[in-house]
Amino acid sequence: MVTTASRVPHELEFEAKRAPRGRWTLRQWLGMPLFLAVVGTALYAWVSAQELDSIEQRTLNAGELTKRVIEHLQLAAVSTVIVIAVAVPLGILATRRSARFVAPVVLVLGNLGQAIPSLGLITLVVLLAGVGFESVVFGLVAYSALPILRNTMVGLQQVDQTLVKSARGMGMSPMQTLLRIELPLAVPVVLAGIRTALILNIGTATLATFFGVQALGYVIFQGIQLDRTPVLIVGAVLASGLALLVDWLAAAVEELLTPRGL
Amino acid sequence: MTVTDKIAPKEEPMIRLEELTKKYRGQQLPAVDRVTMDMPRGEIVVLVGPSGCGKTTTMELINRLIEPSSGRIHLDGEDVTTADPDTLRRRIGYVIQQIGLFPHHTVAENIGTVPRLLGWNKTKIDGRVDELLDLVGLEPGVFRKRYPKELSGGQRQRIGVARALAADPPVMLMDEPFGAIDPITRDRLQNEFLRLQQTVRKTIVFVTHDIDEAIKLGDRIAILGERSRIAQYDTPANILSNPASTYVEDFIGAGASLKRLNLSLVGDVALDTGAVTARIDGTAAEARDRLAKSERSALLLLDGQGRPQRWVDAADLERADGDLHRAGQPVSALVESAATLSYALNEMLTSNAGVALVVDGDGGFQGLLDFETVMVATRSVQRDSSEFYRAAKVAG
Repeated sequence: MVTTASRVPHELEFEAKRAPRGRWTLRQWLGMPLFLAVVGTALYAWVSAQELDSIEQRTLNAGELTKRVIEHLQLAAVSTVIVIAVAVPLGILATRRSARFVAPVVLVLGNLGQAIPSLGLITLVVLLAGVGFESVVFGLVAYSALPILRNTMVGLQQVDQTLVKSARGMGMSPMQTLLRIELPLAVPVVLAGIRTALILNIGTATLATFFGVQALGYVIFQGIQLDRTPVLIVGAVLASGLALLVDWLAAAVEELLTPRGL
Repeated sequence: MTVTDKIAPKEEPMIRLEELTKKYRGQQLPAVDRVTMDMPRGEIVVLVGPSGCGKTTTMELINRLIEPSSGRIHLDGEDVTTADPDTLRRRIGYVIQQIGLFPHHTVAENIGTVPRLLGWNKTKIDGRVDELLDLVGLEPGVFRKRYPKELSGGQRQRIGVARALAADPPVMLMDEPFGAIDPITRDRLQNEFLRLQQTVRKTIVFVTHDIDEAIKLGDRIAILGERSRIAQYDTPANILSNPASTYVEDFIGAGASLKRLNLSLVGDVALDTGAVTARIDGTAAEARDRLAKSERSALLLLDGQGRPQRWVDAADLERADGDLHRAGQPVSALVESAATLSYALNEMLTSNAGVALVVDGDGGFQGLLDFETVMVATRSVQRDSSEFYRAAKVAG
């Protein structure tokens, strides 16, 4: 063999395959919405076929149910937005070298919030602050902070430290390194935490009915109290369906926000 | 700085370390102990030493990823010991062993990292990215939009070098950049790297634990002992010929003479030009005639362009009925005059030929190289080596 560079076979290495654009299959995109559409239609058909008495009619009408669903979504949305605004910055702070001492404190508080049963936690808040939307939101925030906090910390800690070193070595400031390298790479893990918190909030928001907020829990509770099976079933199916829908939406957001190349 | 320094700026080293020391809290001895060295402009300075000797720490003191405890760092005549580290680092290219390409950025974004930090506009960055991809031998149209995971190890390494070169820094720091790459690819990347350096002429500080890599790449080698103390700082040829201490000798290892073969070129030694040749499209009778008149036992058949094709001996020529294209056996151990003696020797050993056929860039036959010539050359390198090694490095 001759030795000049031009004669050396240029690519001995295998060409790496190009990554596909998206990760989700068509089934993942369409499966859950179709399932929920089927369940919703079946529920509607079943309720329409029932002879509803006046008590049932008062709860099971479009206007009333829409209000309940909206109230439920408001609770979950507001508490999730607040918990993101609180827990993500705290998680970032806890992983900064200069503020490492924050980490154990923050984690203990987060653990405490989640260890106390949600009903008890919200009761405590209500005892202190009185019934109402704000108190329930506060309870939900305390209850769902841990997953976001923990995932933000883990997400940042699992970023390959050689990348951080590389970024700093090229002259990125600590803040630039955080915003351009660490956070984008932590996004999948942080989003998974947010999704968990959101689902916790959607589920726990049903308890709000005990504290003066009439979300979907109110419908279920009415069904039990008044011994009306159709009301109970509609409340339960709506609450479950809503949780599944929101979970699917959150997963879709995760898919869309995860940086390409990962 | 004295007046004479200003008058003769060429004398001024690109990097000057003065009594540079790093002592970690809670440790008795410093990790880097009073390192003083000058790194000349446009040269590759290799820091080599056993694991844990502090060579990486020494390098990271230069761009102040690690802050020195005492001592000074001068870059291009300017004391940068207390300069803003982020601004300083944007003036220094940096490649680490893991390369550290950002997985969520495309190749173009990765290469454009420092230019973006420096606030270049998009057109200028795009132009620079394409220029650099060309420079490292990757087709811009194909690679610009790829993500690191869509690249092979060698391609990633090239992108890493391109990224370090992006803002055209006068100085590059490279920490075992070829460490995690298979030997075949590594050899090729090293050669590419040397050719690239011919074009860009950067002052490069290169860390490795591999003395062979140091000899191959370095204009100067600093062999470091414990706590990064300099055991010897000299040209590869001088280190191989005159190791300063038993420590250096031990570190170079047993094969110093063989390693010296890496420093001289086939083209620099006297070749045996007395081989008998004939045209392969000529007649067997003519070839027989030529062989008989010479004192050699075999004849080399060349094609129309003078490129070696087959070896034949008298018996082969007897058997050949007119057509010489199938007579004897095909040639092996072809080396270019720009190859190193080490490469030639390896070819001779593996091809079992006993001699190497030296050809020029177009494959034309130049002469023969045998074991004896290689041996003589080894001794002469020992005597006067500095010129040889410079030429050898370029060819790789």
